[in-house]
Order: sequence, then C-alpha cells, then structure tokens
Amino acid sequence: MLAYDFMRMAFAASACVALLAGPVGWFLVLRGQSFAGHALSHIAFAGAAGAALAGISPLAGLLGAAVVAGGAMGLTGRDTGERDVAIGMVLSLAMGFGVLFLHLLTRSAATATALLFGNVLGVSGGMLASLAASAVAGLVVLGLLSRPLLFASLQPELAEARGVSLRLVSTLFLMLVGAATAECAQITGVLLVFTLMVGPGAAAQRMGLAPPVGILCATGLALGEAWGGLTLSWWTDWPVSFWIAVLSVVVFLLAGLRRL
Amino acid sequence: MIKAPGRRGSAVCCRGVTLDVGSHAILSDISLTVEAGSFVGLFGPNGAGKTTFLRALLGLVQVESGDIMLFGDAVTRGSRSIGYMPQSRTPNGATLTGRDLLASGFDGGKWGVPWVSRAGYAEIEAVLEAVDAVSLADRRLGSLSGGERQRLLIAQALLGSPRLLLLDEPLASLDPARMREMALLLRDVARKREMTVICSAHDINPLMGVMDTVLCLARGQARIGPVDEVVTSEVLSALYGAPVEVCHAPSGRVLVSADGL
Repeated sequence: MLAYDFMRMAFAASACVALLAGPVGWFLVLRGQSFAGHALSHIAFAGAAGAALAGISPLAGLLGAAVVAGGAMGLTGRDTGERDVAIGMVLSLAMGFGVLFLHLLTRSAATATALLFGNVLGVSGGMLASLAASAVAGLVVLGLLSRPLLFASLQPELAEARGVSLRLVSTLFLMLVGAATAECAQITGVLLVFTLMVGPGAAAQRMGLAPPVGILCATGLALGEAWGGLTLSWWTDWPVSFWIAVLSVVVFLLAGLRRL
Repeated sequence: MIKAPGRRGSAVCCRGVTLDVGSHAILSDISLTVEAGSFVGLFGPNGAGKTTFLRALLGLVQVESGDIMLFGDAVTRGSRSIGYMPQSRTPNGATLTGRDLLASGFDGGKWGVPWVSRAGYAEIEAVLEAVDAVSLADRRLGSLSGGERQRLLIAQALLGSPRLLLLDEPLASLDPARMREMALLLRDVARKREMTVICSAHDINPLMGVMDTVLCLARGQARIGPVDEVVTSEVLSALYGAPVEVCHAPSGRVLVSADGL
C-alpha cells in the first residue's frame, strides 16, 4: 500500500497530526477541557467553510479560526459551569455559520464531507508541508509551556503563588489546542477530532502513568491509531475516520482494564 | 506590639496595610510584626480575611495602602523563601502518585518540559521524609485520605527550603486525633528547619501548645501577641464581637468555647 503516493502522503500527514494531537490531548483531558476542544473543532469548521467561500485555502481558515477562538476562550476564561454554557452557545453559532457558508458555496457537498469527516487520502504536497510546519511550531510552544502548564493544571492556586500566570498559560494552551484541532480535522474531519485528540490522552490518563511517560504514551497511541486506521481502511475500503474512531474507543476501553 | 519596620529578626512586617476584596476593605490599616522563628496561629471568623492576608504575603493580592516587608524585603510574587499550602487541596489527576504530584510542581514556575533531575528527586525524597510521607508517595492521589493528602502537600510546601511557611487551614476536615497529630508534626518540622510558620485555623484548641503567637483578624482589625495575652475571654470576645469563653482546665489545657466558634 505504500507503493502509492497518496498513501505515503496520508501516512506522513497523519504522523504530523498525531505527534501534536497526542500530547495536547493528554493535557486537554487532564485539565477537563475536552468540551472546549470539541467546540474549537466546530469553530474551525466555520472558519474553513468561510475560507472556502472567500476563495482562500480551507486549511488556513481552519487553523486561523481555531487558534484565534482558542486565544479568545483563554482570555475570557471563567468558572467551568458558566464557561460550558458560553462555549456551547458559541459552538452552535459557529456551526450555524458553517452551514450558511456551505449553503452559499455551490460545490458544497464534497467540501462539506471533507471538512466534516476528513480527507486524509487527498493530502497534497503543499498541505503536508503546512501540516508539518504547524506541528513543529506547536511542539516547540508545547515544549516551552508544558512544565508550567502541568503545574497549573494540577494545582492552580499553588502554581499562581509560585509565579505562574494562570491566564497566560491557559490562553497559550487553548491556542495550541486550536492548532492541534485544525490539524486533526484534516485527517478525521471536524466531527471526529475527539478520536485523535481526546481518545489517546484519556487512555493514557487511565493507565495512571507519571506525566512525562503519560504524554509519550498518548503521543504513541495517537500515532498508532492514526496509522492503524489508515491500514485498516486500505484493507477494508471503509473510511479512515471510522477506523480511527473504533481504534480510539477500543484502546480507551483496554486502558481501563490495565488500571492498577 | 509594633516594632520598627525592616528590623532584623522580623519575618513579616506590615505597616498600615489595607486590603480590599472587590471594592470592599477586608482589613483596614493594620500594623503588625511577626518575629522570625515564631509559630503563628491565624484565626478569625469566616470572611475576616485570613486567606486574603496570606495571599497578600504571597504577592497575589495587592495592598490598597501601606506596605508589607518579608525578612526586610518587599513582597515579590513567586518568592522562593515562602512555602505555601493553599486551602483547596483536592488536586486534579487522581491517577497520579504523590511523587508525580510533587515532581510536577518542582520548579513548576519555569518554562520548559516537566523533567525533574536526579537532584530534584533527591530533594523530593528529603521533604517526604521530613513529614514521614515516604510511604504515601507511591500511592495514587485518588486513594489517599484527606489527612494523607494534606501531609503530601505540606511536604510539597517544604520544597526549596523556605524560611516562611504559610498554611491555609491545614487542619480542616481532619478528625480531632489527626488534627493534633498534624499540629505536632508542623511544630516539629518548623523547629527542625528553623522556619517561621503562619497557620490559619478555625479552631484554636488543636494549636494550643504548638503556636507561640496568636494573630486574630476580625472586623477589619488585627490583634497579635503571645498566646496567653490574646487567648483570653476579654480579648477574643471584643474581637469576635460575641461572647467567647476561655477555660483553663485542671490538666493545664486551655479550652476556647463560644457559640458558633
């Protein structure tokens, strides 16, 4: 299957995505912000549809909308209860706009399917380059951020007293989630971003590993699930996103069995 | 007892400090000095400003007026000379072990990846030993009792060998025997490490014999002094604005009792 150029592209693209989504997802689960991640994918959808309508590359729209929305969410962040309602409202508004933009687009059906369910088999060289570039940039930011982020996620009051700016850390992190979401949407589509972002992170958390090991484990799982999904899709001719979703849930359930 | 500011031997020196929460003054124009090496019990009714006072010492709450000096220096946020144990103490990450938790906070204010050096782990072991929590360190946080978790967080507050330890209600939600055990542990650790301790609490009794100084905050005012001067029916009744009885039991114990205290 690697004899085909589009398959090699797909494997490379999903590796870029998994390497960023795995560690970001681990933190997302630790911080209990999975819902925010879900919302960002829907906002990214509106951004991508809007970009397509304006004739810009959908990937740019995806990335731009998700990163900006993540930053805004971090800057205005409040208590979780109130935040969930606010996020839910913005999420549905974004989805609504996404639908409108697609309606205004004449070639909407194919674009909509690609955005919603992913199009990893149609990755071009230029797209791969931008996926790789944003994965590298994201990992550099995460490398700098991860220590205060871990501290602030586990013990916010203490971290604040130790000089960590909770708002700065949370804003940078949500922008990172936006970037990872946009990358993920490229492979799994916006509706199934959870499979690569939250699934591996949640499974690694369930195993109760020490943080650095858990982060590596989440990354490995994300990569394994993405490549496994591609391989299974090749054999069965069923959609990649379907297989990634199945693998993600199976791994999560198995991780529960391993719990000490 | 107000002493000259910045005087050698004072751990905390407040001059005319006013602290606001929102637009509401919670402490107004208080002046007090905490001697280095003392163990201070911090008391006061709910909402009297105990936590706000501790947060002001950490630089997390800006003083509205006046100034606070710690060991002769102005307050700086994230100071290495202060160890802190905040009040809400149910850390996230129930599947992590105690050692993971301490490692995650180790130098947690610095940018970078959360990798702890061998020297870092040695320091973590040392503070765990200091509070007799080594056996807790390998257990998952979710499986620890409240008292066990508190012990770990006290160990964490000792990281970096602080000179001043600020403890926000370390005895809360413990049964009486555990309360006393924790109070004695705090006294021993503070003595051994020559730390000044400010420990807020709801109940005065568990800290009797442990603290040497009492700081009472009530109705915007502060009163500090040796235990036998402040823990009297007159002073406490005046501070709380409600009748407080201080009884000297034949055993030599002092018991403080009041409706709703």
